[in-house]
Amino acid sequence: MNLFDTVLPYLLSGISVGGQYALIAIGYTMVYGILRLINFAHGDVFMVSGLVMIYLAASTPLYVAIPVTIIVTVALGFTIERVAYKPLRTAPRMSLMISAIGVSYLIQNLALYITGGLNKNYPEIPWISDKIEILGTTTTRVTAITPFLTLALVLILVWLINHTKIGMAMRAVSKDFETSQLMGIKINNVISATFVIGSFLASIGSILYFSNYPGLVPTSGSMPGLKAFVAAVFGGIGSIPGAVIGAFIIGICESLIKGLDTILVSQGIISGPVGFATFSDAFTFVLLIIILVFKPTGLFGEKQTDKV
Amino acid sequence: MKKLLAIALVAVMAISLVACGGGSGSSGDTIKIGVFEPQSGDNGAGGKQEVLGMQYANHETPTVKIGDKEYKVELVYADNASSNDKAPSAAQTLCSSGVSVVLGSYGSGVSIAAGDTFKSAGVPAIGVTCTNPQVTSDCDVYFRICFLDPFQGTVLANYAKNDLGATKAYCLAKQGDDYSNGLANYFIEAFGKDNCVFEVFPEGTSDFSTYITNAQNNGCDVFFSPVSIEAAAQIIAKADAQNLGMPILAGDTWDSNVVLDTAKGTSVQIAVTTFYNEGANAKFDEGIKSWVNSDSTAKTNNGGNDEIAAVSAMGYDAYYFALEAIKNAGSTAPADVLKAIPSTTYTGVTGNIALDDIGDAIRDSAFVKRCNTETGKWEFVTEAKVQ
Repeated sequence: MNLFDTVLPYLLSGISVGGQYALIAIGYTMVYGILRLINFAHGDVFMVSGLVMIYLAASTPLYVAIPVTIIVTVALGFTIERVAYKPLRTAPRMSLMISAIGVSYLIQNLALYITGGLNKNYPEIPWISDKIEILGTTTTRVTAITPFLTLALVLILVWLINHTKIGMAMRAVSKDFETSQLMGIKINNVISATFVIGSFLASIGSILYFSNYPGLVPTSGSMPGLKAFVAAVFGGIGSIPGAVIGAFIIGICESLIKGLDTILVSQGIISGPVGFATFSDAFTFVLLIIILVFKPTGLFGEKQTDKV
Repeated sequence: MKKLLAIALVAVMAISLVACGGGSGSSGDTIKIGVFEPQSGDNGAGGKQEVLGMQYANHETPTVKIGDKEYKVELVYADNASSNDKAPSAAQTLCSSGVSVVLGSYGSGVSIAAGDTFKSAGVPAIGVTCTNPQVTSDCDVYFRICFLDPFQGTVLANYAKNDLGATKAYCLAKQGDDYSNGLANYFIEAFGKDNCVFEVFPEGTSDFSTYITNAQNNGCDVFFSPVSIEAAAQIIAKADAQNLGMPILAGDTWDSNVVLDTAKGTSVQIAVTTFYNEGANAKFDEGIKSWVNSDSTAKTNNGGNDEIAAVSAMGYDAYYFALEAIKNAGSTAPADVLKAIPSTTYTGVTGNIALDDIGDAIRDSAFVKRCNTETGKWEFVTEAKVQ
């Protein structure tokens, strides 16, 4: 079998999962850029979005369920900010982080209570769940459209940040919190907008992710959340293009390492499997450490250090 | 003022926690049976179905006669959360609440992890569907009523070789999971090491597409994945999406309606070994079905329908086996029950139960079932024995 045919399925699944990580990673990176807060609850917002979709799709048609899911997710992100983060705006940053961890556990346990800890099956969305064939490899359509949809959404987001009033306000707030307040920017609105955008992208990400991997449990959000967070740090936290590129790199690496044994054996480089697949997660994090050793701010991170 | 309020709040919470721990005195006419099962986590779905069997048995026979005195049987639950590090504390909860005997758990890892706790408390435990040999071999107070993985692995390997005509197998287990790794190893032993590709996936994996691709690229003709039901749902979905093109084999865990629901309407072939074949005991089937249908919580815990899982039948038998042991002991003291268990025998819906020297059930047959993806039901294939 030639190299391309062997590697292609791994690449496809890597690009697809990378696109889904990217949509979550943007939420982390935007909130960090503005609040300097790692929003640990973000992965759980992503999971709740999947859960809402499961319950809605059971009782309503999809053209109702999908928009309502997105609205509920956005409302959840907005509410979390208002209830758990806004009252702590003047508190030390560490308290804010503890609050985020608290929210994350609260959401997971609520989901555990509601689902009873049972595996829930994500509804099949027609068209995007159809099987297609790309260059001889069978996969679902969602795998193929994810990277394009991700890129389109990112382009819109970058345009929004660079060419609209709210985008300008976001950039100002992320540069200097207090000065922009003095200049008449309504900080609370800007922060809410950030959470709304982050949650919106997370809910799109959740539709794509769970259509691809349909089993949902209350902890389903933590692993993709963690990987997306790593992607955001990898690309330079605070930078949107960085988060997206980081997410694709992590998705593809992860997928290729899982298949490395098979690829090497099929090329005759090694004679038998050595068990690389076991280390797929470990390798992802080793990669992160190496990058951070050489580029402490990540691939596209801001150069300046924290103001004292 | 705010500080005072905060301290007051913390105090109230602490008190309420303490309150939860209390109230463990046992009254004169009840005997407590501990249910050590996962209610959440990876094996939550399976654990709930196993508990259903015990609950139904308890519903059917809520009392036990020891000597001349009638005792009411109370089931005490502890959630081991499918996690090896939470298992000892769940076991400790049961021991402290004064149970006479413990049933469970679904999943071998948690049973192995909790073995020491039961041992030091002197409380006997009866494994229901934990098939890993270490559960009983390393622990004197652990017994079990199901078959073991070396047996199950051999049955599956024979089925793959002789009935499916497979020559190369792909084996997938979860990293650090005693059950799937153990079973995969016994399968590989029986199938032939050189003809197997063995891989493990890390905890929290939901992207199984690469493993499916690995199996295809290695030219395997059977996919053996004795993993948890959560992972099963993902594997089946991906196998369908990528046209796996080979049958999937799994152990007793996959005998669940979660698997059936996911596989319905797909082109995936699935075969499993299991403890109980629905229809083997019509009275039990009818009884538990009508009970599940009459109780909405039970129905939810069974995955929303009345398809009976083998683990429920095993849970049912485990309950009666425990009652039998308690009757033989003639006492509610854990130490007496512990002494009575090795010589206890019982004929349940899943067959005869008698224990050997290690504390394992002497069983020589397993059922092989195949999933009919059109109807979404199991079809009986064969009853397999190993010489």
